[in-house]
Amino acid sequence: MAILQPTSLADVQDAVRQSERIRVRGGGSKPALSTAADGVTQLDLAALRGVREYEPQELVFTALAATPVAEIEAMLAAHGQYLPFDPLLVDRGATLGGVVAANTAGSGRFRYGGVRDFVIGVRFVDGRGDLIRGGGKVVKNAAGFDLPKLMVGSLGRLGVLVELSCKVFPRPAAYASLVVHFPALPPALEALYRLNTSAFDLEALDLAPTAGGALALWLRIGGPADVLAERLDRLQNALAPGAMGFARLQGEEEAHFWRERRELSWVPSDFSLVKVPITPGRLPDLEARLATTDVVRLYSVGGNLAWLAWPPHSPRAAIQALLNELGLTGMMLLGSPDEPLLTPLPGAAFFHRVKQALDPDGRFV
Amino acid sequence: MPDATVSSLGAQTVGEVTGPFLAALEQTLPPGRVLTRPAELIPYESDALTAYRERPLAVVLPETQDEVVSVVRLCHRYGVPFVARGSGTSLSGGSLPVPGGIVIGLNRLNRIVRLDPRQRLAVVEPGVVNLAISQAVASYGLYYAPDPSSQPVCTIGGNIAFNSGGAHCLKYGMTSNHVLGLKAVLPDGEVVTLGGESLEAVGPDLVGLFVGCEGLFGVALEVTVRLVPRPECYRTVLAAYRSLAAAGAAVSRVVASGLLPGAIEIMDALAIAAAEAAVKAGYPQDAAALLIVELEGETVQVEKEFAYLLTVLQDPTLAATERPYEVRVAQSEVERLAIWKGRKAAFSAVGRLSPDYIVQDGVVPRSRLGEALAEIERLSKQYGLRVANVFHAGDGNLHPLILYDGREPGAYERAEALAAAITRMCIAMGGSITGEHGVGMEKRAFLPEMFGEDDMEAMQRLRRAMDPLELANRGKMFPGDPTAATRPGWLPHPLERAGVISRM
Repeated sequence: MAILQPTSLADVQDAVRQSERIRVRGGGSKPALSTAADGVTQLDLAALRGVREYEPQELVFTALAATPVAEIEAMLAAHGQYLPFDPLLVDRGATLGGVVAANTAGSGRFRYGGVRDFVIGVRFVDGRGDLIRGGGKVVKNAAGFDLPKLMVGSLGRLGVLVELSCKVFPRPAAYASLVVHFPALPPALEALYRLNTSAFDLEALDLAPTAGGALALWLRIGGPADVLAERLDRLQNALAPGAMGFARLQGEEEAHFWRERRELSWVPSDFSLVKVPITPGRLPDLEARLATTDVVRLYSVGGNLAWLAWPPHSPRAAIQALLNELGLTGMMLLGSPDEPLLTPLPGAAFFHRVKQALDPDGRFV
Repeated sequence: MPDATVSSLGAQTVGEVTGPFLAALEQTLPPGRVLTRPAELIPYESDALTAYRERPLAVVLPETQDEVVSVVRLCHRYGVPFVARGSGTSLSGGSLPVPGGIVIGLNRLNRIVRLDPRQRLAVVEPGVVNLAISQAVASYGLYYAPDPSSQPVCTIGGNIAFNSGGAHCLKYGMTSNHVLGLKAVLPDGEVVTLGGESLEAVGPDLVGLFVGCEGLFGVALEVTVRLVPRPECYRTVLAAYRSLAAAGAAVSRVVASGLLPGAIEIMDALAIAAAEAAVKAGYPQDAAALLIVELEGETVQVEKEFAYLLTVLQDPTLAATERPYEVRVAQSEVERLAIWKGRKAAFSAVGRLSPDYIVQDGVVPRSRLGEALAEIERLSKQYGLRVANVFHAGDGNLHPLILYDGREPGAYERAEALAAAITRMCIAMGGSITGEHGVGMEKRAFLPEMFGEDDMEAMQRLRRAMDPLELANRGKMFPGDPTAATRPGWLPHPLERAGVISRM
């Protein structure tokens, strides 16, 4: 297996032109997605790192694709800003380009949107070796096709991301969280639906089985420190019907909890992790199938994102069969390197046309 | 650059195919829904960019998704270009007809297919009016967030094609941030489903690519949008400044303060005078600039943040010239709506100050707003034309209104030259040629100034992958396609004259 380590954008263009089949690697935090198979050139972008532009009062930055998200977060934090889509696996070395290509947003994306909502500009090398720019460096922009969004979740198959511009937001001054326990899924879902049609501003809303058929909702709020307790009181009152217990998280304990969640520390070691987009109304179907299995579940983003952790040696075909039967899509985020997309995706015909336009020779695998 | 043989294909074959094509259309749609008589076509000749005008071969009015698909397939079979159109409120000429082509009027495709408030989503057809979605879900405490000023009449289909914005994009983004899934017919008649109902997805964001394609990738047939909860509380402040630069600097301070307002807007003296004349908003009349900042959220938090906002605006360590000389806080929903009414009426109201005007739409980095405004003022003097400024300051989205008198020889040309100079200023400052109106006819010459050759070529390849014959909304976005008949001078959109819609 050839490994190429470009140190400039021109190097990336050369590497693309001279390689028939390519898989891109950034920080290596998601080997299931970035490991090149036999006969495929591994394009290791690690050297393409560094923030190109950042003006705090602009709330926009531009960075090379393999810039570690941790570095970006530290830079933003010094000015009270953050990436509201809550990128995953930051401590494990996730890069900005990897987060965009894999579309890995965490629980915190509930409030303001996911990766797609914060990437405003992109430069990538297409399958012909051309360096293409899309979008821009301003937060509102309707000029030309929205190539930055197209690249979100593209898994490096439409081009090699080399530079990204993102918008950021001011970070809430403080956070607090509420854990609400329910005896079963129906009352937990009812509570979630009540929240969906209420005016509570939640930074995160996660749902997960606990033990013995019970479940819990985790709610995170953010804002000035001295109003959070009152806001939690109101939330607790609204959620009282059907709930069987409450707990509050604050300070370092609270921060630690959500940091662990975004680092996927809850996934047992050696389990593979599958990302499944869903809607809360479909959760009963999924729970009915998984409640009596060893699959560990976290329903994040207000029930819009199911994280399913499968025990070691779970047959890939079994996972695929379940998803297909329920009409769901899925991507293997942690696991053995293989085709990460487990199911057919909507818009395959449209994707094929896009692929033909940007990577006609099928270099990016 | 488009392939010359492809571009001329339509024109060469129109004469030969017109008869059979029209006959096929009339077999596809019931009587009365294929319009060909000149009197019937006139209302479709233009959109809100009234300087451009073109008579289509025919206008069809499908009522079902299947009818749209059939019409698109006929267009493909006969090589006839088509333009999909909603209410025709495009300010960039996005729904201008193509010579020899047809217009597919989608207003009758206006069913709300499904409302699912518990999952915060709605499935609608493209002819549904923007505001109708919010009205349909208001009783659940939800609304559809993107709020272009034409929202009482503009349709979701048009919003999707042009990725429409509005005054509240700062916090919640533009149209594309609110579309979860869609069904569309591609220009060769293939029907695709993109995205779904979830907030999350795996695989490339194809919905994101489709939104903002300016109709070049086909016609959206059914759209799944996300809904957001109506905030418990709004707090709105109006601050009057003695200089435009001071208001611009205040925007930077608010953005840097750690607050995240729902909207930050500025109007200059000319716009204030116009708004006052039109709707008597009660604005301070001697201000050089008005700043509107609105916070929204849970009451207990908004009250706290609003007090902080007022201290940011009235910071006593600032020079007196940098502070507002008057600050008004909306004390009720009525007062809040009065502030917004003046703001939203400002554009059409400028018509009271000048017989003609051009609406510009451009973006600069928000920290360079002050610089941009000074440059616009300099250009205004250089070209000898008044410019009124109304803009989404929090996003750096400028809307200069260039006032001129079309009866004065050369005035329209000077106004266009001034508009071009402002567009180039946006590019030079690292901004964009359009924030929310789209490229359309109006800005197509400027897209290659903002993007490089390879970028343009990649976008053309994408376009041809969807539409090898370049039938869908031909002539928009990309330069060099056949130009439409233009006419100096500007006329208000009929709905604008009626005071139903405005331009920003």
